[in-house]
Amino acid sequence: MKGITGFIAGAVIAVSAILAYSSLFTVSEAEQVMVLQFGQYKRTVQEPGLGVKLPWQDIQRYEKRVLNLDPPVARMILADQKPLLIDSFARYRITDPLVFFNSVRTEAGAMQRLGPIVNASLRSALGKVTLTSVLSADRDAIIEEVLTATNEQARRFGLDILDVRIRRADLPVETSQAVYQRMRTEREREAAEFRAQGFEQSELIKSTADREATVIMAEATRESEILRGQGDAEKTRILNAAYGQDPAFFKFFRTMQAYDRAFANKGTYMVISPEGDFFDFLKESTPR
Amino acid sequence: MPWDNKGSGGPWGGGHGGNGGNRGGGPRPPDVEDIIRMGQERMKNALPGGLGPKGLIGIGVLVLLVWLASGVYRVEPNQQGVVMRFGEMVNITNPGLHWHLPYPVETVLRPEVTTIHQINIGFRGSGAGNRSQRRDVAEESLMLTGDQNIIDIDLTVQWKISDPFQYLFNIRDPEATVKIAAESALREIIGRTNIQPALTEARGAIEMDVRESLQGLLDGYEAGVQITEVRLQDVAPPDAVVDAFDDVQRALQDRDRLRNEAERYRNDILPRARGNAQKMIQEANAYKERLLNEATGEADRFLSIYREYKQNPDITQRRIYLETLQKVYENTDKVLMDQGQGTGAVPYLSLNELRNQNRTGAN
Repeated sequence: MKGITGFIAGAVIAVSAILAYSSLFTVSEAEQVMVLQFGQYKRTVQEPGLGVKLPWQDIQRYEKRVLNLDPPVARMILADQKPLLIDSFARYRITDPLVFFNSVRTEAGAMQRLGPIVNASLRSALGKVTLTSVLSADRDAIIEEVLTATNEQARRFGLDILDVRIRRADLPVETSQAVYQRMRTEREREAAEFRAQGFEQSELIKSTADREATVIMAEATRESEILRGQGDAEKTRILNAAYGQDPAFFKFFRTMQAYDRAFANKGTYMVISPEGDFFDFLKESTPR
Repeated sequence: MPWDNKGSGGPWGGGHGGNGGNRGGGPRPPDVEDIIRMGQERMKNALPGGLGPKGLIGIGVLVLLVWLASGVYRVEPNQQGVVMRFGEMVNITNPGLHWHLPYPVETVLRPEVTTIHQINIGFRGSGAGNRSQRRDVAEESLMLTGDQNIIDIDLTVQWKISDPFQYLFNIRDPEATVKIAAESALREIIGRTNIQPALTEARGAIEMDVRESLQGLLDGYEAGVQITEVRLQDVAPPDAVVDAFDDVQRALQDRDRLRNEAERYRNDILPRARGNAQKMIQEANAYKERLLNEATGEADRFLSIYREYKQNPDITQRRIYLETLQKVYENTDKVLMDQGQGTGAVPYLSLNELRNQNRTGAN
């Protein structure tokens, strides 16, 4: 008897454990759960926590978090005929697991369908704008347009596109070579200008310096000539004042001084006739 | 729990799986089994007649205790504990020792909220400085500037978790999202900047703008991520044109060099010119002073003599005349010829001879 009650108790525990296991399920904060009965859709549980289902019902779990979609890089032509390699990315969420399950079934399937849609919307939006506005703040308007366009189609897959961004917008290789060429010539232009400016400044400084030096010397010459002239004038004035007191005596005195100086050095050879005052007495004595 | 397997792809797969509550703080599953087995064996030994009701209750209590004890967990200082009851978040706990209802009712996730994560854009390998371990990723680092030039930028972004709940449950791959958003933000900012300022003075502004834009994006995503730093590691012209850019720098140096050389020339000749000018003026001044003094002296001398001359003009004049001639004749070689007597022959005089004689005589 004891063994039988033990067995029954064990069986009850086992059955209730199996029942509990097959009719209870958890829903994480990160997911949503679709309840199916023999493959037929019953309901969707989005609130996290413990859920209850009939033991023969199945559940399928789907992400509730935001997912990243990274479509392949695509070449797009802008309105100004410039080609760009666009690497976009989108962020989406599964909003309706039933539609999602019926249309694309898996995330990989969603990516396959959604990537071309995002790229197509981007292509048509970028075809209306120029490179300048792609680079500028107009980006937001482009994004807005793409977002609206893609969302219309994404709804068919039970998805909600939250955001589409241009991750990279690069020029294709052949165009970037041309850009490099242009950048190089721009720099060469700049470098040549700097060097020429150097020459210009150098010549300016040097010739200005030469001019200043010349002017300085000329001014000094002028000043010194004036000074010398003043000296000459002063000398003349002083001497005139002195000599003018008796021009006759001046003539005599100054002549005497001049004789003195003029014949001062030895080696002068004079042939003199004994005339004049100096020889007066010399002559007088001769006949006697 | 089935969803544990699903979650393994997400951020909570990394070390803090669904059964994280049994790790770290609480006893590990093998330990629990060991304890149970040991307990059972002890029971068997104590009651050799098999498991009676008392024994069963004892085992039950023991298992219950062990099960309850498995709810103890520790949150490290760099973590926060996120307690989940059947997948629903019920509590966020701070560092320390805590207890949760044991598995499978509650589990705990422990994201590291203080850890700073770093993302490199444009290069791989260790951060700044160690260039040997750096590998450039051209498709990330080359981008278009506002004036349609191409620039090579390496950027690092540092971030940490600001809201564990948002971080864990709003976005599936937050780290990749941060990176993509950072690239997008960087290119958007550079797309509005011209290359010259980007290379030079606008770096700080770019860092600030990228950080602001990136934080705005992530806040819009409710990613639960805080950007702590955005730093431009390397901003350079692309390799293809770097020579031309360097040459501009060299040209600038050349310009400065030429200017310096010219200034050296100027600094050399101008003081010299001023020196020469001063010399000239001083010489002229000296000349003037000399003339002035000489003239004054000469005048004074004349006036002094003149004063005395006036006392006795005849005598003075005669005296001066004689003194002067005396001095003159004293110093000169002379030949005296009386023309008055010369009537007949023309006198002949060899001046050269006389001069030579005189010179040899003097010697």
